[in-house]
Amino acid sequence: MAPEPCNTVNGRPLTTAKINNNFDNLHKPLNLQQAIAESDRCLYCYDAPCIQACPTSIDIPTFIHQIRTENINGAAKTILSQNIMGGTCARVCPTEVLCEEVCVLNSAVEQPIEIGLLQRHAVDSFISHNDTHPFTRQKDTGKHIAIIGAGPAGLSCAHRAAILGHQVTIYEAKAKSGGLNEYGLAAYKMVDDWAQTEVDFLLAIGGITIKHDQIMGDNISLQYLQQNHDAVFIGIGLGQTYNLGLEKENLTGISDAVDFIETLRQSTDKAQVKIGNDVIVIGAGNTAIDVAVQAKRLGAENVTLVYRRGEEQMSATEYEVNLARSNDVHIKLWSAPATIIGDTEVTAIELNKTIIKDGKLLPTDDTYTIKADMILKAIGQKLNNSALKGVSIERGKIIINKNYETSLKGVFAGGDAINTGEDLTVQAVEDGKQAAHAMDAYLTQEEK
Amino acid sequence: MANLKCNIAGIESINPFWLASAPPTDKYTNVVRAFEAGWGGVVWKTLGEDPPVINVASRYGVHKNNNRSIVGINNIELISDRPLQTNLDEIRQVRKEWPDRVIIGSMMAVIEERAWKELAIKIADAGVQGIELNLGCPHGMCERGMGSAIGQVPEMVEKVTRWVKDVVDIPVFTKLTPNITNILWSAEAAMKGGADAVALINTVNSIVSVDLDKMAPNPIVDGKGTHGGYCGTAVKPIALNMVAEIARNSDTKDLKISAIGGIENWRDAAEFIALGAVGLQVCTAAMLYGFRIVDDMIQGLSNWMDDKGYQSIEDFRGMAVPNTVDWNELNMNFDTKAVIDQDSCIECGRCHIACEDTSHQAIEFSVNDDGKRIFRVINDECVGCDYVQ
Repeated sequence: MAPEPCNTVNGRPLTTAKINNNFDNLHKPLNLQQAIAESDRCLYCYDAPCIQACPTSIDIPTFIHQIRTENINGAAKTILSQNIMGGTCARVCPTEVLCEEVCVLNSAVEQPIEIGLLQRHAVDSFISHNDTHPFTRQKDTGKHIAIIGAGPAGLSCAHRAAILGHQVTIYEAKAKSGGLNEYGLAAYKMVDDWAQTEVDFLLAIGGITIKHDQIMGDNISLQYLQQNHDAVFIGIGLGQTYNLGLEKENLTGISDAVDFIETLRQSTDKAQVKIGNDVIVIGAGNTAIDVAVQAKRLGAENVTLVYRRGEEQMSATEYEVNLARSNDVHIKLWSAPATIIGDTEVTAIELNKTIIKDGKLLPTDDTYTIKADMILKAIGQKLNNSALKGVSIERGKIIINKNYETSLKGVFAGGDAINTGEDLTVQAVEDGKQAAHAMDAYLTQEEK
Repeated sequence: MANLKCNIAGIESINPFWLASAPPTDKYTNVVRAFEAGWGGVVWKTLGEDPPVINVASRYGVHKNNNRSIVGINNIELISDRPLQTNLDEIRQVRKEWPDRVIIGSMMAVIEERAWKELAIKIADAGVQGIELNLGCPHGMCERGMGSAIGQVPEMVEKVTRWVKDVVDIPVFTKLTPNITNILWSAEAAMKGGADAVALINTVNSIVSVDLDKMAPNPIVDGKGTHGGYCGTAVKPIALNMVAEIARNSDTKDLKISAIGGIENWRDAAEFIALGAVGLQVCTAAMLYGFRIVDDMIQGLSNWMDDKGYQSIEDFRGMAVPNTVDWNELNMNFDTKAVIDQDSCIECGRCHIACEDTSHQAIEFSVNDDGKRIFRVINDECVGCDYVQ
């Protein structure tokens, strides 16, 4: 018999089945008939706005037209040729502020094409029905590229570099590949171990080796990688979190949202992931929403998201904020954490009401307290630059030139860690792809 | 509410909507259901001499658009596969139960005078208000010298019509096949034979699709297929033209027309009437949605007539006929230009690329500083093709 969910309390019976159901696909995938019907709504615009809104410039009208004609493999190739992680992007892209936001049908019928769901249909169908990889490698160049980090930027860079004929070794700190796809995205967006399915698909191009448990500044160094490879790509993301700067921040029950999500994503049985009854989430980005909604779906009685500013300033998209509300997450705005209450375990948090005065955010004397047995901090992440000696950094991000090259010759970078990073999976994929081309040009030029 | 009562070649009908001779009018049960739903009349499924034919499985192929809507059906079903007497008994029964509705008896036979006359007399005796001669079926029956095998030869059309007219005193409708080069030849032949009306079009010869796994045309009967009769909204343009040809031809303009071909709704019906039809026959739409569609046909037509101030069908019947002319009668000096309403433009760019690639490069495309995509007609280049609608 399956163990009982660990979060079951009196009056709130949760079954394992219910919790598993809570973590099923957030957006139900389209079947073929639904995909064809949806694709038929697409106007097949000329020089379409959706292509321009996609950071990876997927030819969206073309792939939708291909779905319409039931050329599903063709549709998948159109997507994957621009974005090898089109499957993940279809699941996690905030399409409501990218391709779907600019769909001309917004003005015609106020109902954009479901581009994300169509893309998912094409890519999933291709990967589940085809054993052969859709791309082939060019002739071996004899060059060897090192990539730090097997997240979206690193994997995308590796795949494109492999196509261009280079040998690639990826050095990944964690035990599994995928980066945030594997450890950081909300579970209901990445069901059925999709991150690993996609990694396996991507590696089938050949020429890519991944070494796990490779920690920068510990068992490898940038200098070593530079000496032993023809070029290096840094795709390490933002590995550190911020503190609230309050006393008692180490009390039991207080943790980083990203750590909590990682635990949830790595658990084999979500019913055994411990969650508080009165959960406070601090932050206002998509990670804050992700963790709040997941806490609720694990069975937390009360989940309160607190943010020191107003809804207008929340960086989470409108869709995500509504998702939180529809999942019964309370959102408390204009509230800044002031005091953590508890001895060894957190029991409550005191919040200061805030106001804007002369353009500055200020605390007021008005305070209130919320009961809390778990506090999850989602107040942003920052670059861990301890092992990036010699790489110029500005405002906490790696500086790159237009060719994705850092201040070190032959060392390139992309993804969330760079100064143009946008905290978007799809942007990281694009960075990796473009950096691969830049490295290719660099390596070819070097030869001349 | 406008009055939809009409007189179709001498037959009074409560509305112009009849079900065409086809599976929906195959037997008592279906016809009663149709009358309960409000249909003004039915043309009973075509009767032939005994022994009855044997039908195959399967019988229908469909042509769909990408939204899975059916735009056309093709069928390889034959005429009634039930004994003649069974059909005649049921016709008598319905006649008794539904005195205000029209039943037309459809028939076909081989090209023998005796066969046509004997069968026509039997059907007329069952109490039908009119007889329709099926000279159009393009599959199965034509290979036996019936259906379109007769309809494609004007002399035979005339002869068969005359044979039947000689022995019955009720209106005779000659049903025409579209699978010919000039519909006027058949229509004139029917008129010469004494037809009270022509009914058109019968189905269009077709292969609706090919099954790429089984490598055979649909519908497939044990691995093989054959050409069948195409019908549904897809054939409406063909039917409209053939109706108009007859209505605007000086020799045939007085021939009554019972229009058939892709009539799915009241608007289709109004278009056929505007081109001169006195009555309408429907099959595919009923087969797709059920008999209830007649409700909207009746109400929609009536509401539209109210809006336009037409009291009866005769008020607007044939009004589009004088405006349907030969090409060389069109005004060569008339000019029109494409117009793009910038307020309602959704910026899809389809007008631009269609004109740029396939027409006269008359729609320019630019992007404003704010990112708005602007499409403008270059009047000097525009030939007024009206493709941009």
